[in-house]
Order: sequence, then structure tokens, then C-alpha cells
Amino acid sequence: MNYLKVIFFFLVLFNFNELKADNENLKNQITKNLRCLICQGQSVYDSDSEFANSLKVVVEEKLNDGFSEEQIYLFLKDKYGEWILYDPELNINTYILWLLPILLFLIGGAIIFKSFIFTKK
Amino acid sequence: MRSKFFPFILILIFIIIFLFFYKGLSNYNIYTPNINVEKDIPLFSANLFESNVEVNSKEFFDPKKLYLLNIWSSWCVPCRDEHALLMDLSKNKNITLIGLNYKDRPDNAKNFLNELGNPYSQILVDETGTKAIEWGAFGVPETFLIYKNKVIKKYIGPLNQQLLVEIKSLIK
Repeated sequence: MNYLKVIFFFLVLFNFNELKADNENLKNQITKNLRCLICQGQSVYDSDSEFANSLKVVVEEKLNDGFSEEQIYLFLKDKYGEWILYDPELNINTYILWLLPILLFLIGGAIIFKSFIFTKK
Repeated sequence: MRSKFFPFILILIFIIIFLFFYKGLSNYNIYTPNINVEKDIPLFSANLFESNVEVNSKEFFDPKKLYLLNIWSSWCVPCRDEHALLMDLSKNKNITLIGLNYKDRPDNAKNFLNELGNPYSQILVDETGTKAIEWGAFGVPETFLIYKNKVIKKYIGPLNQQLLVEIKSLIK
């Protein structure tokens, strides 16, 4: 019986750890996708500025309040604009950004394909 | 036919791409917040500096009054510079000045106010910097003009004489 108790104790203990770690991982994942507005070129996760440290606290608080990742992004986008997100949305301003690599890939592919066919002939 | 046009098209494509990137070089790449957007004041609760009583932002701001919320800290040098202007503005009866003490020690903040005067009718405490984020601020000092529970104007960085004149003309 005692044996079972010990197993049960560890089972509960490890489950709690997992729960805690999950939140921490999600927090890191979110802060890595946020741009630090003072220290350009650094993510909030990497930065140690006053602003970034406060933002880490905000993300943690929001996660504890039951906000989802998406909701946190929306909340911050509302406050600071899209600039704060590293992953830009597909809209009129970013069409070129998203479509240019695909376009270049297709053009390059077409060139290779054509030259391949012509050399074969 | 193909060999005639092909190089031209290729060159044209490269010129277009080059122009896009060249234009991108002159883009201003530093975060510039949108200043002229009217926004509802954020929902948050904060403690008062003197009495440590917790207040709610919805109850704290009276929609009929005009407020100036100033984010400040005793360690912030530009705050020291703009303080005289805030003292000047506090004499105006039409506007209520609210301070948001950002990441500060209470003792240092008290010394700062004793030394330079207290222009604020109320001061809220923001120990962790999270309240400033609710306001969409990213540094100190920042100043917000609030009327009818809306942020009508936002000033980033220290106020100067010119901005003070602008604020005074808005108050009228």
C-alpha cells in the first residue's frame, strides 16, 4: 500500500512540473516572437531592457489569466501596432514580402526547366 | 525569338527588384508609434502612491474632466528636465495631472518630489512596468492627454516649451 502511495506522490509531483514547464515554454515562445521596441534587432526574450523585462511580466500575467498565445499577440498589436510582432501578417503592405520569394523561385525554376529542355534537344 | 527577349526580361526583373530594395534602404526602421489615434483608456488597477489604496482605471478617471497622465521616474533624467513644465501646467485649473511612477523606489520618488515639487493631484504606482504597457508606452517619460475616457493625444519623450503651448491651447 505504501508502495502505491509513493508512486502516486511522484505522479502528482511530475504532473505539476509539467504544467509549470508548459507555461514557461509558451512564455519563451511568445517573447521570442516579440520585437523589443527600444533595442532594435533583439527579441523581447533576448533583451534585458526595462521595457522587455516588463513585457515578459505582462506575458506571464496574461498566460496566468488564461489568455491564449493568439490573444496575447492581439492585445500587444492593439497597443503597439504590428511592428511588435516578428511574424508579419499577409496584407497589402506585406504582399511583396511574402510573394517575392515564391515568385523568384518560380522564375528560377522556369529558367532551369527551359534550359534543361533546350540542352536535351 | 526567345534568345532576343529573354535577357531583356531578366534585366528588367533585376532592375525592379533592385529598385524595391534600394527604396527600402531609406525606410525609417525605428519604431514610430501612431500618435494621433484616439483610444479608450486601458482597464487596469493600480495602487495610489500616498495611501496605497487600489483603484480601478474606469472609476479613477472622471469622463467629464480633462486629464494629463505623465509617466515618470526619479531615475529618468529627461523627467527631471520636463518637471518644471509640469509644475507650470499644474497651476491650470482646467486640467488634472496624474502621475504614473514607473519602476521606482518609493523613497527615491518622494525625494524627487520634495526636491522639485509635486505637480500631480494623484500618483499611481507601477512597480513592474506592466501598467505602462497597458497604456502602450515603451519608455519614460511619456504623456497622455485624456478626455471622456479616451486618449486624445500622446507625447513620447520629454515635453518642451512648444508642446506646453500646444497643450495649453488644447485645454482652452
